[in-house]
Amino acid sequence: MLEVSVLKQLPGFRLDATLTAPTPGVIALFGRSGSGKTTLTHVIAGLLTPDAGTVSLDGEALTDIPRRIVMPVERRRIGYVFQEPRLFPHLSVVGNLRYGERRRAAAPRVAGFDEVVALLGLESLLQKKPRQLSGGERQRVSLGRALLSQPRLLLLDEPLASLDVARREEVLPYLVALRDRLAIPMVYVSHQFDEVLRLATHMVLLEAGRVLAEGPVDELSLYPELQSIIGPDLVGAVVEGVVTRVSADSGSAELALGTGTLQVSLRDVPVGARVRLQLLARDVILATQPVQGLSVRNALASTVIAISEDVFGAVLVRVDVGGAIVLARITQDARRALNLRPGDAVWTLVKAASTRGHTFRLAPGS
Amino acid sequence: MNGSPDSPELEALRLSLEVAVRSVGFSLPLAVLAAWVLTRVRFPGRLLLDAFVHLPLVLPPVAVGYVLLLMFGLRAPLGAWLHSHFGVQLAFTTAGAALATAVMTFPLMVRAIRLSLENVDRGLEDAARTLGAAPLDRFLSITLPLMLPGILAGAVTAFAAGLGEFGAVITFASNVPGVTRTLPLALYTAMQSPGGDAVALRLAILSFALGVLGLLAAELLVRRVRRYLGG
Repeated sequence: MLEVSVLKQLPGFRLDATLTAPTPGVIALFGRSGSGKTTLTHVIAGLLTPDAGTVSLDGEALTDIPRRIVMPVERRRIGYVFQEPRLFPHLSVVGNLRYGERRRAAAPRVAGFDEVVALLGLESLLQKKPRQLSGGERQRVSLGRALLSQPRLLLLDEPLASLDVARREEVLPYLVALRDRLAIPMVYVSHQFDEVLRLATHMVLLEAGRVLAEGPVDELSLYPELQSIIGPDLVGAVVEGVVTRVSADSGSAELALGTGTLQVSLRDVPVGARVRLQLLARDVILATQPVQGLSVRNALASTVIAISEDVFGAVLVRVDVGGAIVLARITQDARRALNLRPGDAVWTLVKAASTRGHTFRLAPGS
Repeated sequence: MNGSPDSPELEALRLSLEVAVRSVGFSLPLAVLAAWVLTRVRFPGRLLLDAFVHLPLVLPPVAVGYVLLLMFGLRAPLGAWLHSHFGVQLAFTTAGAALATAVMTFPLMVRAIRLSLENVDRGLEDAARTLGAAPLDRFLSITLPLMLPGILAGAVTAFAAGLGEFGAVITFASNVPGVTRTLPLALYTAMQSPGGDAVALRLAILSFALGVLGLLAAELLVRRVRRYLGG
């Protein structure tokens, strides 16, 4: 368990954050730039001492201002992957990787050298100097270096932010592999919602130095404040379900969603896998009567729970699909024409293809 | 000093090199410390210390030599104490010439080292902290290697400048053949003596060659280290 409750006044910025997140798992700190994500991460690492409050990990106080405890950064065993790789330019890749490992020789081992090198695909880079590496390679080495310092918590501060889209896609799978293979709790700072979708097990929503909400990603995907941060096009309920049937030739799969089934475009997943996907609200269609002759693969019987105007002038309808909650974004006109009210029975139409690109396999057991 | 058969020119050269080496060896650790304190430590009186370190740049060298004489002369309090407790005499000795040279070249060295320290990315030190490196460990394994170009540049510049220090040396250590008569002092002496023109010219050429050599070596060395550091 990571428990943080801190106050820190900086010039022009005030961090006043409280959160309790389960470990192990990936805790996403999500928010706009300037919302205090990096400040909070620095406080957890000990690089910044709060004015008041406490930080504790699995019951041990790392910072406890009332009790005058501030454990030095170097003794915390908290790995930190910064936005820029921050590799030591005078050391080779091996030298960088071994730097932390050597200094934590007495610590309980969480990751071995060969294991990390294999996991991050660093075999061919070992003898190189940092300046000979590409951006993505540097960030992988930085990740490996942090892992080998045998951390009990790994902080990743927008590790992909300095990379272009292609390099990002090169590094992301390694992060997923890390989450699934090593039992190191992680705090993942990001302002990219799809990274959060792909990695996080717990989400903390930060805004102007305060925690607005925290909890599982599917719950927070319905949170109105999140919607104003990620913009209208990315709004959509995150649902999790188990794959019940796969069709290899058509590249589609069925998963249990609430009491119904949802057909989605999804390749290379075995039956039984837990899947998390986002149904973009702008792609979800509501109908008050059963429809026929449409190409839409999913027509799910559901009930309207709530209707609200979103900050972009459209209407966001929250529907219950056999226990799962889905968001649909419709226009004011459509709402009037259908005369939608909470409690109404509707059909929720979801294109199998519209979930593509937002489909993420979850780690077994998470 | 040892009555060697060396020519006065070679003797002066050997002495200049010895004085410069000893002065650099003596002042380098202190210069690194001073650069560190001036760059990284915030304390009242920092500006004063900064000015004090740079004082030899603007003072007449003779004045520096005179102050040293007042402090370390045989009858001066510090000088007498050193002599009675450690048997160390600085005034009028080669060690004294090295001390005078060290004081004169100190600001040059601190400047170069400070510049390189300011260029060291503090983010790398933070990274080292999260990897378990305590302050001294961090300094030795990260900061110092990254400062190396500046330290080398400072040391070589101070060495080259030290070969030619005149005013402070002649005031504090006097002009003793074989003991404190370094290249510039020998050159001065040759110019003062009748018929010393040829010797003076040879010494001047020697100084010139040494200077060029020193500067070239410094440049090459710094380049090499930069490449090693991946800059």
